[in-house]
This record gives sequence, structure tokens and C-alpha cells, in this order.
Amino acid sequence: MNRYLDLFVTFARVGVMTFGGGYAMLPILEREVVENKGYATSEELMDYYAVGQCTPGVIAVNTATFVGQKLAGVPGGIVATLGVVFPSVIIISVIAGILTNFADLAVVKNAFAGIRVCVCVLVFNAVVKLWKGAVKDKGALALFVLVFALSLFLHVTPVVYVVLTAIAGIILTNLGVRKS
Amino acid sequence: MIYLQLFYEFFKTGMFAVGGGMATLPFLSAMAEKTGWFTQGMLADMIAVSESTPGPIGVNMATYAGFTAAGIPGAIVATLGLITPSVIIILIIARFLKAFRDNKHVDGAFYGLRPCSVGLIAAAGMSVVKLSLLDEAAFQAAGDWLAYFRWDCILLAAALLVCTRWVPKVKDLHPIWFILGSAVIGVVFRFGGA
Repeated sequence: MNRYLDLFVTFARVGVMTFGGGYAMLPILEREVVENKGYATSEELMDYYAVGQCTPGVIAVNTATFVGQKLAGVPGGIVATLGVVFPSVIIISVIAGILTNFADLAVVKNAFAGIRVCVCVLVFNAVVKLWKGAVKDKGALALFVLVFALSLFLHVTPVVYVVLTAIAGIILTNLGVRKS
Repeated sequence: MIYLQLFYEFFKTGMFAVGGGMATLPFLSAMAEKTGWFTQGMLADMIAVSESTPGPIGVNMATYAGFTAAGIPGAIVATLGLITPSVIIILIIARFLKAFRDNKHVDGAFYGLRPCSVGLIAAAGMSVVKLSLLDEAAFQAAGDWLAYFRWDCILLAAALLVCTRWVPKVKDLHPIWFILGSAVIGVVFRFGGA
């Protein structure tokens, strides 16, 4: 099979099988990309995944771009990325289309009122999980409190917080405030 | 031209949302307020649908939001906007992966970015709490602070919290089961008041 088509299909499979967040994706990548295709070694995959977590954007997309570009350069990176998002675009468009048409039904309204309660808990759990990896000393705690409090009351774009905390992180690290 | 604006807004999200799919939430929340493409309530529904369908959450949320704003072309444009900065950044970094990982300033920047991302998600989560657990209209109509809380919803939230965090075996279930369960409870007890 054509190399690009092969990449696209492999990552479309990864996209379909990833259910939930980027963390759910690692075992699937391991099976599809490392075991079935031999596109990368386990160690390479861990490296890509680690860097994918600390670069902007969705982790799944970042990892796909890495593997694709390793195999077939820039076009490979692009093709693999398009592959990983392809199933989402189809599936979500269908579901969103259906839900939009039935949004006014009483049963749908009630169901989503219940689901929103669950979403609160899911977001809370995501915050707790991310907190453990992010807030490990007083400097990080101060940044968290500042961003949380300010963004509750000030309605500025989140971009401002992202840029300022990146700079603050570099300064705090250089000043030695950070605990290693 | 809505497609250009969609691409730009999602490009910004892909560029600055650090730390995985949920990190796009504060950006989508700000987008809802700025553009009126969707409401905060619809955003909460998007999270639920994105968690319970195949595909990475961040990509699913972008596709859903784009669809709501401008149909299927909107879904495609929003998704492309979201992934474009990732692709560019990764293609650049891939050339010097090791140097990037070991760079002191990159490491320092992420020391600041991680707590920022958590703070932004937590603040965006508060608007979901306000929307689903509190009832400002009832509070203002009744003048009674007890009316401010939707007690049935809070009870469900407490039960879900216990189930997803502390009950052995149950807490390892995929979120889709909790979402489905909450939908059933919402229908049976008419949480939407409809």
C-alpha cells in the first residue's frame, strides 16, 4: 500500500480507538504503531508522548505528527495528523447534527441537565489529576491561585495568562525559587 | 467571513492550550462569550459528547464547536485550525528533540504553564458548576438563599464524586458509564424541568 495512505489509515484507526483523553491513547498507539506497524520503537513513542504533553495542542495530534514526520518527513507528519482527526470530524458532525435537531425534546433536555452534573465532576477530576503533576511547590501554587482567581473575575483571553506564566516560570526557575 | 474567523480562533486555541484536551476548555469558554457561536450550556454538552465518543477530546470539542458555529464546513475548518499550530511546532521541534527536552528555559516555561493550565480549567469548570448546580433565577425570584442551590443536582454530583474517586472498581470505569447514568437520572427525575 502507498506509504501515505498506510500512515493515514493507521492513525485513523488510532483516532477511532481512542476513547477519552490523550492518556487513553498510549496503549493503542503502542499496539498499532509499535507492534503492528513497527513505525517507531517503544522508547521513541514515550519520547514523542512526553514532548507532546509539554508542547501546545492536543497530545494525540502532537504524537501523530511526530511519528508521521519520522517516517515520511513533513508530508508524513501532515498525513498522520489528518488521519488521527478524520474519524472525529465524521462522528462528531453526525452526532452534533442529530442532537441539534432533537435539542428541544423534553427527554433530551432532561438527559443533558443530568449529564451536565456529571460534566462538573469530570472537570473536577481532570483538575485534580492535572494538579498533581503541575503544583509541586509554593511557586507553582502561587501561579495556580493567581490564574484561577483572576480568570474567575477578569474576562480577558486565556492567551494572556499563558504568555505571562510561561515568562514567570522561566524567571522563577532562573531565580532558583523552584524546588527540584 | 465566519470560516476565517473560526480558523483564527481555533488556531489560537491550538497554539496556547497546553496540557491536553481539557486545556482547550477555557479557550472555548472565552470564545463562547466573545463570538456567541455557542452558549456555556452547549459547551458543557460538548464536553459530555466529546468524552463519550471516539477520538481525542480536544479534537472532538473543536469539531463540535465548529459544527455549532457553521455546520459541517465549520467543523472541518475549526479542526484544521486547532491542529495547524501543533503540526508546525512539532515539525520544528522534531529536528532537535533532545535539545528541546533538555533546554532549561523550555523546562522553566512549563513550570509556569502547567499550574496556569490547571487554574484556567478550574475557573472554566466553575461556570459549568454555576450552570448545573446553582439556580440564580430561582434565588432572585424567591429571595431565599436555599433556592440558590439545586439540591437534587448537588446530591447527584456528590454521588458521582464518590463513585468516580473512591469506590473500588467503579472508579476505574470509563466516564461514558457515568455520563449515561446521569442522563438516565436526569430523565427519570426531570432535571431539566421539561
